[in-house]
Amino acid sequence: MKRVQFEHSAIPYLFVAPQIVIIVIFFLWPAAQAIYQSFLLEDAWGLSSQFVWFRNYADTILSESWLQAAGFTLVFSTLVTFLSLSLALLLAVKANEVIRGASTYKTTLMWAYAIAPPVAGLMGNLMFNPLIGDLYKFFNAIGWDFNHKLDSFDAGFVVVLISVWKQVSVNFIFFLSGLQGIPKSVNEASMMDCRSPTRRFWTITFPLLAPTTFFLMVINITYAFFETFGIIDTTTRGAPGGATNTLVFKVFQDGFRGADLGGSSAQSVVLMLIVLALTVVQFRFIERKVHY
Amino acid sequence: MSKVQLSNVTKTYPNGAEAVRGVDMEVESGEFIVFVGPSGCGKSTLLRMVAGLESVTDGQIQIDDRLINDVSPADRDVAMVFQNYALYPHMTVHGNMSYGLKNRGMPKQEINAKVVEAAKMLKIEDFLDRQPNQLSGGQRQRVAMGRAIVREPKVFLFDEPLSNLDAKLRVQMRIEIKRLQRRMNVTSIYVTHDQTEAMTLADRLAVINEGKIEQMGAPIELYNNPATLFVASFIGSPQINLLPAMFDGQYLSSGDLKLEGFVDLPQSKELVLGIRPDELRLSDDGQFPMRVDIVEQHGSDNLIYGAILGAEQESDEETEFCFKTSQDMLPELESNLTLGFDVDRALVFHKDTGERLR
Repeated sequence: MKRVQFEHSAIPYLFVAPQIVIIVIFFLWPAAQAIYQSFLLEDAWGLSSQFVWFRNYADTILSESWLQAAGFTLVFSTLVTFLSLSLALLLAVKANEVIRGASTYKTTLMWAYAIAPPVAGLMGNLMFNPLIGDLYKFFNAIGWDFNHKLDSFDAGFVVVLISVWKQVSVNFIFFLSGLQGIPKSVNEASMMDCRSPTRRFWTITFPLLAPTTFFLMVINITYAFFETFGIIDTTTRGAPGGATNTLVFKVFQDGFRGADLGGSSAQSVVLMLIVLALTVVQFRFIERKVHY
Repeated sequence: MSKVQLSNVTKTYPNGAEAVRGVDMEVESGEFIVFVGPSGCGKSTLLRMVAGLESVTDGQIQIDDRLINDVSPADRDVAMVFQNYALYPHMTVHGNMSYGLKNRGMPKQEINAKVVEAAKMLKIEDFLDRQPNQLSGGQRQRVAMGRAIVREPKVFLFDEPLSNLDAKLRVQMRIEIKRLQRRMNVTSIYVTHDQTEAMTLADRLAVINEGKIEQMGAPIELYNNPATLFVASFIGSPQINLLPAMFDGQYLSSGDLKLEGFVDLPQSKELVLGIRPDELRLSDDGQFPMRVDIVEQHGSDNLIYGAILGAEQESDEETEFCFKTSQDMLPELESNLTLGFDVDRALVFHKDTGERLR
């Protein structure tokens, strides 16, 4: 039997070269730099540095402020992911049922998608401004002693609210297209088999949306971890007292504000490992329950 | 054992389109009714109204004297088999078949017994643990039927269930559906645009055109005695041969052709003469000279298509006839034949109204 032989040529390598160059320059090289930096301790002026093995890790990761940020990140990303997914699903299911003016509803709900996180943060900042913020005044008017500059719960509430609002539209689009991807006749068959709409949703629609939900969950966790940086940077900046520091924001704070490159790099490396672990968990354990 | 009654059932869509215009029908207990008609004639809409998937604009639908216009689909005690099967892709075959029963709160053991029994009947008992995407088209169709059977509904509804299958499987499943329906004796309504399916399955056939029932009756009755031009041309394969004609009191004439033997027809009105392909025969003193264009050999019989010479032409096309004959009849192309027919078996219609005159 003759084996098919393809002629070797450099052209395929040429085609993938730009992608490889991008990955090397913007991902591998900085990652290597971060790992290298995480073993160094710099003097206050940045003039000399010495190799200190794992001291940076021990100093930062075991510190109370890092643990606080880790705790907040966990709560924050869980809340943002869960709330933005469930809200978006609810909206998508409702919008999918609308017959008259359906496209208006859909377009309106998708609008927030076009807003960049820092802009969303700025808008939130205005709404929660103690002097002119409508929401600030509203919460205080209904008897909630609201002050996100002082109270860590209130500050957390602000960043969660803005982050969820920003993310709902993305999730909405995907859920809506997921819902529209369910064959009409399958819905009709279930209408003949099951009288309760709620039960139909949980036994037919939701399982059929599982691939979409899983994909969105991965996207949303990544969003809560990294992209919310812009929102936090324009609203609370980790205040009060580091209560709204996410791990990413703390990396930035310590490295660029605190000029502790070694410590900041050590945190980045730990963050990389956390994300890696999270991804493995998601694909190993959750995807198994998803029917494609 | 249930009967279905439709009285003056009407469906008008919000945009004003009338899909169904006042249908009256009574389906007897255990009867197999087939709705047949061209695409967009409203037959599926009518079926979906019985199923509860479309609202009823006007009129009444009753099952066993119970008005079901506003009853939810799940509470109508009807089961439907969809064209594209509509199986739940995330459930096993067993799950698909038991879903409706579970939602009705039937005990697990009873469900199991029913599912296994239905699966045996449909010869899918080996696939109960498979997912629908691991099944072939024919197997999926069986599962869809099984899902309907286990419910033991008062009425079975079939919405073109065989049109996604290949030709061979279609014939096989057609026979199986008929056998199952006979055995279970459940009132059934079956929608199709395939007139072979319609003829072979139906106890009674309803030919639907533009949202109305053109004629309803036993298939062979509709074939032999069509009430309108539409029914005559829709039922029968190959199609009935049609010839535009006028009656002058003595002859039924079409172009240069003068046909004898017709009486009692309205004069100087545009008429249409209809003759089934198997009513034509070769005869030297026949009425139609035909030029052979195409000969189709179907095995047991041949279909000879050709132009009727001298006949009146609609637009610029020659009037084509189809002549059904035996397998040994193989005329040369472009040769001329003379075909005759029995005047008593010919049908005459009013051209404008489609009404049958004799």
